[in-house]
Formats: sequence, C-alpha cells, structure tokens
Amino acid sequence: MADNILVMKNITKEFPGVKALDNVNLEVERGEIHALVGENGAGKSTLMNVLSGIYPYGTYTGDIIYEGQECRFKTLRDSEEKGIVIIHQELALIPELSIGENMFLGNERKGKFGIDWDRTYHEAEQHMNQVGLKDDATTLIKDIGTGKQQLVEIAKALSKNVKLLILDEPTSSLNEEDSRMLLNLLLDFKKQGLTSIIISHKINEIAYVADKITVVRDGATIETIDNTDRKVDEDRIIRGMVGRELSDRYPAREHKISPEIGMEVKNWTVYHPVYIEKKVVDNVSFNVHKGEIVGFSGLQGAGRTELAMSIFGGSYGTNISGELSIGGKPIKLRSERAAIEAGLAYVTEDRKGNGLVLEESIAQNTTLARLEKVCSHGIIDVDKENAAAEEFREKLNTKTPSVQQLVGNLSGGNQQKVLLAKWMFADADVLVLDEPTRGIDVGAKYEIYCIMNDMVAQGKSVIMISSEMPELLGMCDRIYVMNEGCMVAEMAAADATQEKIMAAILKSDKA
Amino acid sequence: MTTKTKAAQFIKKYTMVIALVVVFALFAVLTGGRLLYPQNMSNLLLQNAYVLVMACGMLLCILTGGNVDLSVGSTVCLIGAIGAQLLANTNLNAVLVILICLAAGAVIGVWQGFWIGNVHIPPFICTLAGMFLFRGLGRVVLGSRTVSINNQLFLNIFASYIQIPGIDGDVKWSAFIVGAIVAAFLLVNTILSRAKKARKGYKMASAASAFGKIIVIDALILVYTWKLAHYKGIPVMALWVLAVVLIYAFITSKTAFGRYFYAVGGNEKATKLSGIDTKRVYFMAYASMSFLAGLSGLLMAARIGSVNGDTGTSFEMDAIGSCFIGGASAYGGSGTVSGIMVGAILLGVINQGMSIIGLDNNWQYVVKGAVLLVAVIFDVVSNHKTGKAG
Repeated sequence: MADNILVMKNITKEFPGVKALDNVNLEVERGEIHALVGENGAGKSTLMNVLSGIYPYGTYTGDIIYEGQECRFKTLRDSEEKGIVIIHQELALIPELSIGENMFLGNERKGKFGIDWDRTYHEAEQHMNQVGLKDDATTLIKDIGTGKQQLVEIAKALSKNVKLLILDEPTSSLNEEDSRMLLNLLLDFKKQGLTSIIISHKINEIAYVADKITVVRDGATIETIDNTDRKVDEDRIIRGMVGRELSDRYPAREHKISPEIGMEVKNWTVYHPVYIEKKVVDNVSFNVHKGEIVGFSGLQGAGRTELAMSIFGGSYGTNISGELSIGGKPIKLRSERAAIEAGLAYVTEDRKGNGLVLEESIAQNTTLARLEKVCSHGIIDVDKENAAAEEFREKLNTKTPSVQQLVGNLSGGNQQKVLLAKWMFADADVLVLDEPTRGIDVGAKYEIYCIMNDMVAQGKSVIMISSEMPELLGMCDRIYVMNEGCMVAEMAAADATQEKIMAAILKSDKA
Repeated sequence: MTTKTKAAQFIKKYTMVIALVVVFALFAVLTGGRLLYPQNMSNLLLQNAYVLVMACGMLLCILTGGNVDLSVGSTVCLIGAIGAQLLANTNLNAVLVILICLAAGAVIGVWQGFWIGNVHIPPFICTLAGMFLFRGLGRVVLGSRTVSINNQLFLNIFASYIQIPGIDGDVKWSAFIVGAIVAAFLLVNTILSRAKKARKGYKMASAASAFGKIIVIDALILVYTWKLAHYKGIPVMALWVLAVVLIYAFITSKTAFGRYFYAVGGNEKATKLSGIDTKRVYFMAYASMSFLAGLSGLLMAARIGSVNGDTGTSFEMDAIGSCFIGGASAYGGSGTVSGIMVGAILLGVINQGMSIIGLDNNWQYVVKGAVLLVAVIFDVVSNHKTGKAG
C-alpha cells in the first residue's frame, strides 16, 4: 500500500447557498509533488484552506488524515505545527521589513532581551541558501523582485520545518525564467524528501513538475492522473478541467491586416521616475497595423509595461522622448486623458491595483474612463450608464447576476472582462493589453482571446504584452521581443518559436 | 425573502436614522419634553448650521481616501475675523464684505488644494499646518480682542428670520405654508418619477416603501415647520444650509465630477489611468472645504454677533465626526450627503439635549466621543460580516 502522508476523505464544505466542496477525496503520497488543477472557483483553494485550518474543524465535514493521524485543525498555527505550510498566491510579505524579519515574523528568534538579531539573520541566510537566494538577509523585501520574494516565502516555510508544502499559484506573477527556477527548486526538495502540493493554471509547468495530477471541477475531484513518466496528455487535463472538449486553445481568426498603420512609435526612450539617470526604455521603435495583433515578449523587467505606460500619456517615467503617431497623425500625449481621447487604451496587468475600483459596481467601472458618454452637462444619466454596462455584459458574456454587482465580488476572469469592457466603452482604436490572461482559468482565457479577435475584426489594433510565449505564438500576427529596455527582435508569428524568442533574449544579454 | 432578513436589511440600511430616532426620543423624555419646544427645535438647526455646512465639504475630503481637513476650525476664525474687522473699521457695504470673505475662503482653499493636490503634501500634515497658520492669522487680524458685529444688513443676511407682513403675526404662518408647499412638491415628485419609471419599464421600489418613506419625510417637514411657525419663522440661515446641502447632494450623487471623488477613494491609480485628473480631484476637495469653512465663519460670526481668537475651536472635529457617524468610510470611497446630515443632526441632538438637561460640558465630550466610536465600530463590524467570504 502506498505510503500516504495525507488523505482527505469525503470533504464537504458549504458556504451560504453554495456547496464549494462536494465529497472531495485526495491522497498525497510521501515525497511526491502533487498538482491540483481546475478552473477558477473549482474549489482548489477552498480545499487547501480546509487542510491548513483557515476554515477550522467543524465548518466542514469529512476527515483529514495526516501522517496516519486524524487531524482537527482549528487555526493555521495548528497545521503549521504539524509541518503543513501554505504559500498563498498573493504573497504575505511586508515590503518595508527585511528578508530576515519577514522570515521569522510571528516566529521570532528570541534572546534573553527581545529579539536575537544575530541569530535571526544567521538562520535566515541558512534557509536562503537552501533556496539559492544569495541576497543579504537584511535586504528589504521591496528591494527584491517578485521571483525572489517567492523564494523568501519558501525559505520562510523551510524555517518552519515544513513537511508538506502547499503552493497556491506560485508562478502566476513570475516570468518564465523565474518560474522554471522555482519548479526546479521544488524538484530538488523532492529529492530531499519534501512533499508538495502545487495549485496552478499553467498546464505545461504541471506536466513538467508533478508526479500526480488531480483535476478538480465544480467542487469535486474528477480524476487523478499519474505523471511519473512526465508523459501526460495536456489535452486530457484540459478536458477534465473544463468538462468539455477544447479543440483549440486559441480561437481561429481570419487574418485581415490593413496596410494602414494604427499606431507607430519611433525612437522612444524613457527614464526611471525615481532613479532618473536609469534608462528603462532605450530607443525603441515599433508599429501596429489596423486589424493586427502584435505581441510583446520578454522577461519580467524587460521594459514592456514601462514602454506601454509611458506612451499612454506619460503615466510612467520621466524625460520621455520619441515620436508617436496614431492613425497616421503625429501626436503628443501629455496626459492619460489626452491618450484616451486619441483612441489609445492601456489595459493594465494589475487588475485590482491599477485597473478596477473594487468597491464600485460593474456599471460604474465600465464607464469610468469615458464617463462623459453617459452624461449630459456633467450630470450622469444612470439609466444610460446601466444600459451601456448591460450591453457589454451580454457581449462579453460576463457572469454576474446584475451590473450593479460590486466588481470586488467577481472572479478573476470576469473582472478581466469588466476591465476590457471599460476600455471598449472608451472607444479605443489601439488597445494595449498587458498580461490580459494572467491568473484566469482556461475557459475564461479562451473567451478573452475571442474578444481580442473581435476587436481586430472591427479594424482595431491590439498590442498584447504577455509572459506566456505559447499564448503570443497562438494569438499574434507579429511578435516583438524586448530585453533590458531595448527592442531585440521582430518576427512574424508564423516563423516564431519559443526557442527563437528565447535565443533573441539570451543573445542580446551577452552583447 | 423572509420577513426576518427583510427586517435585518431595513435595520442595516437605516441604522443611523433609527439611532437618531431613538436618541431623539430619549432626550425628548429626559428633558421632559423641553427638547420639543419650538425655540429649541429652531436652535437645533441654528446651532448646528456650521456643522451641516462643513460636513458637506468634509465628505469630499474623506471620500478621497479617509483624508480629513483639520484646518477648518481655524479658517472659520480667520474668515470671521476678517469679516468682523472689515465691518467694524471700514464703510464697505455688508454684501461686499461677504463677497470678500468668501473670496478669502476660496484663496485659503486654493492654497491648501495646491499643496495637497499638486505637490502631494499629505493632507493630514498640510491641514495641521493650516490649523496653526489660520488660527494665528485670525488672532493677528483680531489684534487679540473680541470684535463685535453691529452691521444690521450683515446680520439680516445670515441671522434673521423670514417674516411676511400680513401673514405672519404671533404665529409665523409663512413657515408652515412653505413647509406644506415643499411637502406637497416632494409627494408629487415621487408620484411623477414613479410614473416615468413605470412608463419606461424600469425597476422601482415597491409602492409601500416609496410612499412610506416620502410620507415620513413630509410629516417631519410639516411638524418641523409647524414648530418654526410657533417660534420666529424660518431662519435665513436655514436657507443657506439648505442651499449648500442640496448642491453637495446633487454633486455627489448625480454628476461625473462627484463620481470622481468616489473613484479616487476606491482606487486612485485606476482612476488616474482612466484619464481622470486626480490632482484636480484632491485640489477641489480641499478648495471647496475651505470655501465652506469661510461661509461657516460668516454664519458663526452673524449668529454669535462677535468674533474672538477662540471662535471655531474644534469645529473640524464636529464636521469629521458627523461624516463618520453618518456612514462615510474611514478608508474613503463611500458616504452620502444624506447620511452625513443624519450624522450631523444626531450629534446636534445629543449636544442640545445634554445642554438642556444641564449636563456638565466635560461629560458632553465623553458622550460625543463614545457615540463616534460606537458608530465607526458598528460600520466596520457590519461591513466586515457582509463582506466577501474568507
């Protein structure tokens, strides 16, 4: 019989009106990497919250058997004492504190009088070594990148004597290089006997790292697939997740690129807003035709977001120079308002932080960038506003009981649709979509791709910034590659491959 | 929906209104009915006129992200001082003096709005500085003395009562007639807007709740104007307050400009990236606040009849307290003018009631503090419970 470190039996968890988990069973063998996949809202995170005691014993039914014992965790601390550590998608680190301070937060290394800082930093660096983090333990969290922050979280878990590590979407905000490093680290830990459960949307990563894959759909486990030989059929996972055939992950599109240019940028240079001597974007030129989807590939920190935001009315950077023309006419955009009026839209990668007002309704968010369209003499016509929001709700198939629903209550995919609706409502002709499918599930991704196709079919120009190369290859007509603020390659999507893109990046690094 | 959840929803929606009714009834009993005397009912409004006016401005500041303006009490003093000195030492017409004072209030607003909106000085610090600056300047203008106001035109504009010869005798019937007209207007307006909605097929509240609400409001207006009629009639100050309140209610609920205050408080970055000039939103919040503080300075000066170096002390706290008691979020992004009016009146009733009973001034502070704390605790706790899962 298999040596199971964890068995979850017949777990059922209900929220008012919703059965989030329905008789879920999960078996995790000691020393394996076990992946949980499923669409957003399928119940993966709920299941892990039950396991870690965030939903205490008594609020669910069923048994948790860990290390052969039945466990009844009342708090997160109970499960951590047993060596179960969960790392959430949104990292729980405090930016203004150092790596060492964060690592032992709530678990301080105490001396005779207060905290023993020497011991804190010494132990912190030991754990950092284990995850291959070379920084000083006194470095502040805000001064290191997201990839390293993720490593700090893992080091923190190690400091708690972790036996079962749960990672919720660990790579969702990492670029490919950092993701790969993280996954390899998990494989290393596996060799040392650590058991991990990884929740992810990225099927290629799961196929790479997981020994077993459990598919969750609508609060129930569908199947557990063995992947010891790393030869799992990705389509089978997707079928299991969505419960239907997804014959093609990228919707087909008629490529009708107009010879007319939608937007052209020449010799664009941008300096960092704080360290004003640092060039963030260096002499970049590109264009996008009407009816064309152009992709921007590159590693995180390549300057793609900075480029897009600096064009969008100078909302990033200082000392911006270069020529910009929209629809063939040279133009200078001095503010976000001017950019919107010129028909440009920047759809942010950070939905919650920069995109939506979560405490306001779908209708109010939809109209925010062009409120004047539903106003007469500065007075809002609420009926007109609702009608407009309703129109986009139908068009984009946003799942919500009403457009009065607060955006904060929607799932990631539906929030992304509201964000897109907002910029479609703003009548943009050139849309810059920054990581439009980040953190949303396969089904919703497909819908977003369809929306993009509709946009170009109407003759709009779309620029898609993405860290997922397959998505760029599947959706774009042309792909630009950026690295360290420079444009390093341009290729037709038909000729492009992931290898070619990576090669372009790596070659430019040496130069 | 069960009646139980309906009742719970009703209580949640109208918590502060219910609290106001309870507190009002409590003090009506405790004062042996004296709170209900026409004179006291009239004073309730006059004594809180400055709170009602300044709470409107403060709401905009708070909407932008829980920021407050600490300088308004001092601005009241400075503008009152300028007005009093101009009236006492020059021959300028009272109307001109009023315009000068309002302009001075606007200048103070531009000063604060500029630093907060355009230079990004944290509002708390900038207005704390303003609190000292304007208090000091006010005392300089007054020469450390109490300056009294004897200009009759000035007093008439702010502190008189409306009297119509021929109608108003012992009982000022004009007040009640105005009340009746307003009540009738509101009733007709409700009927017409429901008819319009029905015609267009829009959703609307049930007839019982819509008419129930309007009948309660109408009844209050009639009772209140009846009381006023049996004192000195409608105070001119009420018209000033009403004008400010209606304008701010309109701006915050109906205009794009007002919507931007909520958006900035909800997510400033997203608002900026939506092409909205967030600097201007901050600027306008503080500019309008100081302007209203200036107006309040004139209202106070006229009501008291004099201005001294301590005029307006801790007024900012009354305005801020009203907003938070009235349901404005301490994190910005939510709050309504009607809500904060309830908050301001609740504070006013407590003040007035305790004064009539003759409770020690120090205890009044204790009670006010407790009410503020309870209101905010209630807001935070009840919102947390109904918030998102997890």
